[in-house]
Amino acid sequence: MSSAVLQNLVNQPYRHGFVTDIEADVVPKGLSEDVIQLISKKKGEPDWLLEFRLQAYRHWLTMREPTWPNVKYPKIDFQDISYYSAPKAKKKLASMDEVDPELRRTFEKLGVPLHEQKALAGVAVDVIFDSVSVTTTYKQRLAEVGIVFCSFSEAVRDHPELVRKYLGSVVPPGDNFYAALNSAVFTDGSFCYIPKGVRCPMELSTYFRINTQESGQFERTLIVAEDSSYVSYLEGCTAPKFDTNQLHAAVVELIALDNAEIKYSTVQNWYAGDEKGVGGIYNFVTKRGLCKGVNSKISWTQVETGSAITWKYPSCVLLGDNAIGEFYSVALTNHHQQADTGTKMVHIGRNTRSTILSKGISAGFSNNSYRGLVKIGAKASNARNYSQCDSMLIGDKCGANTFPYIQVNNHSARVEHEASTSKIGEDQLFYFAQRGVGAEEAVSMIINGFCRDVFTQLPMEFAVEATKLLGLKLEGSVG
Amino acid sequence: MPRKTLLEARGLTARVAGVEILKGIDLSVLAGEVHAIMGPNGSGKSTFAKVLAGHPAYEVTGGDVLFEGNSLFDMTPEERARAGLFLGFQYPVEIPGVTNSSFLRLAYNTVQGARGKDELDPLEFDDYLQDKLKLLDIDPTFLDRSVNEGFSGGEKKRNEILQMAILEPTLAILDETDSGLDIDALRIVANGVSRLRSPDNALILITHYQRLLNYITPEFVHVMDQGRIIKTGSRDLALELESRGYDWVTAEYRALRAA
Repeated sequence: MSSAVLQNLVNQPYRHGFVTDIEADVVPKGLSEDVIQLISKKKGEPDWLLEFRLQAYRHWLTMREPTWPNVKYPKIDFQDISYYSAPKAKKKLASMDEVDPELRRTFEKLGVPLHEQKALAGVAVDVIFDSVSVTTTYKQRLAEVGIVFCSFSEAVRDHPELVRKYLGSVVPPGDNFYAALNSAVFTDGSFCYIPKGVRCPMELSTYFRINTQESGQFERTLIVAEDSSYVSYLEGCTAPKFDTNQLHAAVVELIALDNAEIKYSTVQNWYAGDEKGVGGIYNFVTKRGLCKGVNSKISWTQVETGSAITWKYPSCVLLGDNAIGEFYSVALTNHHQQADTGTKMVHIGRNTRSTILSKGISAGFSNNSYRGLVKIGAKASNARNYSQCDSMLIGDKCGANTFPYIQVNNHSARVEHEASTSKIGEDQLFYFAQRGVGAEEAVSMIINGFCRDVFTQLPMEFAVEATKLLGLKLEGSVG
Repeated sequence: MPRKTLLEARGLTARVAGVEILKGIDLSVLAGEVHAIMGPNGSGKSTFAKVLAGHPAYEVTGGDVLFEGNSLFDMTPEERARAGLFLGFQYPVEIPGVTNSSFLRLAYNTVQGARGKDELDPLEFDDYLQDKLKLLDIDPTFLDRSVNEGFSGGEKKRNEILQMAILEPTLAILDETDSGLDIDALRIVANGVSRLRSPDNALILITHYQRLLNYITPEFVHVMDQGRIIKTGSRDLALELESRGYDWVTAEYRALRAA
């Protein structure tokens, strides 16, 4: 069975178990100031946050959808979307035996741990293996060192001063069309605060947070690392999400103060549509990190394999002197997927350094573009950038593009850009076959070799899953 | 006890891109034998090798080939390799990003697994490799490089023979392994191949030059032309071809056919 069919099965919505009191939990389709006021009221938000939303909305009304990405899709009717629905209570299954066997097989192939499988498949987790107790234990550990890690709504309630100080400080509400939309209507997300001098004792993963299984359509993430702190944050999960939403417009903001370091890793495998390109998620995301303090560092690592369309550029604004920005990316597209992804490295402070390592893999009829901006400001003396963008084509119906933009306003800067394109062809696969190795394994080995430099940046368990995920996504694309 | 027949080709015809290249090949190879196939450019020698190995661009249009009694054409290319058929490529492809050592180990373990033998972990495999490297006078740093990437012509050919040494095939077909080698490299490669010979395996050498045959003495020398084997002789035929060229063989064949 091909991966697309698996994806299909995996992404089927639950038909039962929605809360019955519909009027109370779903806002009618369409967007207006009334709708935004309703959302804010339902969430019991303070006035300043409502004002933030309304300003974003008013700005959004003046904006147009970006047309510059190298992707094609039918026009989105923004009045045909419901912008708020309370978390749906899924029907809990009694045991793993009730879970779709195809889904179980996918989990097994991916090597997802059993308790995680249960959580993802909506199985009631038993008391002994309770993820809640896992959550409690680790929350205690974090609290001992003063780390705040909670849902965005909780943060608004419990830490309004922090949220108010930093929300929109990296991605302003009017930054771009989708960021403005998100700022107006975001429903929930994650908040993380690392106090001064604290090194977070574990990798923070959204998986561990309660109530994350229903990720909102418009997520908001805010991570603040105070002076000399460190945090490694894992977003998403390699297992497919049960999301029927078409449009995802998330915003992620990272702030690193003096000597702080934030490492942000993503493995994204949202529903990509079927083999013919029907359905799938539009993943239009704004992710940006601000290296605000001296010697601060922000590192983005992403493995993008899902979504019908991906439009995201995790970026670093290197404001503090000696700040470091990094972007490591593997973007894989198959069937009719389209990806226009890359990064922006904006050098403002002196001696700032950035590294970009992008690996694009295209198979089937897909189209995969790298788009990146390296900007060296007038005061960024001795700034350094190294970029490497490699593309790999599988078959001859897919496309790969590289759009590098380089703006240098300081003559002491040094900017390097390297690019390559390679192809997995019949002759390479025949060479493997002649040594006894089948096509699937050959492609997997070639792809893993191609992506090795990015995978080594991922936390260990993520790297293993990412490797398996790529293999699974490419199943049936060769031979 | 009669020696085992490893390969039996009967009336093999094949085409590529709609053009018939092989027009009826008959060939028997027994265990312990070395066969040399010579002939002018474009006579179908490399096509014959690729058809035996199962290259997808070549279409078999008639005849059959048995490998140890089983029809090759019922087997996928990887099944043929696992059954012990090896092709040393004339132009080995480059595989960027995949190290030679991991490629060799994957190939070895796959073939071992198919033979019901134990796979080796990286450390054990490294020990196993060391002897083979010495056999072919290969620098160990070679293993950390990507497969064939940036290799010189001679290094690529040596890598092919290294793979042969590791996989220990029953039948190895070496397609112009000697071309592009200088005298020293030729000696090393040819001696390496000679040491891999045994009464249980066989070799088919495709070559333009008889100098390789100074190191590996064939039982049979075949001349191929226009998709057919038009003459078969002994070791001496190769020497005669070198001094006289191919035209006389072609003329002789035409005369024979006309008669």
